[in-house]
Amino acid sequence: MLRLVASGPGPDAAMRLEGVALRRGGRRVLDGLDLAVPSGGITAIMGPNGAGKSLALRVMAGLVRPDEGAAIPGEGLSGPRDIALVFQKPVLLRRSVRANLRHALALYGVPRRARRDRLGELLDFGRLAAIADSPARALSGGEQQRVAMVRALAARPRLLLLDEPTASLDPQATAAIEALIADTAAAGTAVVLVTHDRGQAGRLADHVCFLHKGALAESAPAGPFLLAPKSPEAQAYFAGRLLL
Amino acid sequence: MQGFGDAFAAAFGLIARLDADLVEIVGLSLQVSLTATLLACAIGFPLGAVLAVGRFPGRGALTVLVNALMGLPPVVVGLVVYLMLSRAGPLGALGLLYTPAAMIAAQTLLVVPIVAALTRQIVADLDAEYHETLRSMGAGAGARMRTLLWDGRLALTTAGLAGMGRALAEVGAVMIVGGNIDHVTRVMTTAIALETSRGELALALGLGMVLMVLSLALNALAMGARMGAARMAHA
Repeated sequence: MLRLVASGPGPDAAMRLEGVALRRGGRRVLDGLDLAVPSGGITAIMGPNGAGKSLALRVMAGLVRPDEGAAIPGEGLSGPRDIALVFQKPVLLRRSVRANLRHALALYGVPRRARRDRLGELLDFGRLAAIADSPARALSGGEQQRVAMVRALAARPRLLLLDEPTASLDPQATAAIEALIADTAAAGTAVVLVTHDRGQAGRLADHVCFLHKGALAESAPAGPFLLAPKSPEAQAYFAGRLLL
Repeated sequence: MQGFGDAFAAAFGLIARLDADLVEIVGLSLQVSLTATLLACAIGFPLGAVLAVGRFPGRGALTVLVNALMGLPPVVVGLVVYLMLSRAGPLGALGLLYTPAAMIAAQTLLVVPIVAALTRQIVADLDAEYHETLRSMGAGAGARMRTLLWDGRLALTTAGLAGMGRALAEVGAVMIVGGNIDHVTRVMTTAIALETSRGELALALGLGMVLMVLSLALNALAMGARMGAARMAHA
């Protein structure tokens, strides 16, 4: 079992996974994963398919309970108001964009009198004002993902978890989502971004965690890691070799 | 006994000149069945949502029971309500037997399982799609049910219309608890049964035609709701 401790983030982490293990179908899909997410900036989680990236994200969001180990939120973080998750394929409600955001604000317990102002802020932030009254599910994939991201930000979370938010989007839609991610991080929200895209990690990430077989293979600042990864797993992945 | 052609001509005549008896019977039928359907929806929608989303002991057995009750014979419902409302029954003091209120109660009992069973299926299908998203947003069971019921509203209209169809078409329950009293509890189905037995086919046929038109209209509405729900799933 490969186990390396994250090098970057210290005790001020927004989220820490400690020895997280999870079995699915008799297989250890997370295998003693230790990982810490800094309380600011963008952390990319990379790795081949089946490495446990999305599952790690679900453990951080509290959607999956690990068999062993624990997901420990940073100080003062608890629940979906503080830790928001955006899925690769967003599921929007059968309502307008505005009604989707209104629903999220109500669900997150934003006081009624504050909702109207917050709704306006969210529509502006996501550049969604022009399509606010359109049925959310009739929008393009990129627009739907923008709505899902803005919805996740409704309660001003301190940690935003993104599971391959630009997978299968065209370059324009990808650019719009990346701009939102950068703006979110600039506003002080810690972001965890699961991505297969080395270029995207280079454009956005401050720090990269590379997973292989449910464990952390390497954790390093994005610049040096993307130029010359140290772990043989990351080297093999970037060289285009299959990691078996 | 009239000839077939004469009976049809007389029936059309009754409808064309809006015969007072026919209008009264159709009006009472709609009033009773619509009220019963609305009450059944008020009970059946949340009950179906609880069966779809809730996790509690006996949920499986309750689901089987509700599904089985969809095929409940109206005469059995009529008999049960009759026993409850008769003088010696636990609700006899209310004096509701042979009133439209008793008919509404019987039809509500008949329609609740239909609405609840269809709602359970609709909400369960929607929950499979929304479950993880709503959980990630911290929605508790109550908020999940409200969200799913609202987003399934068009499909749920179909459930309500199916219940309305059942209520309008049934004869056994309203006959037993209503008594088919002229100008008081006579509705379309009981009037058709009576008039046919008396050989007075004109009113029976006229009411039958109205019933058929209502049934077709309900089915058309249900189809429209289904198509709308399908569009909403992608829109």
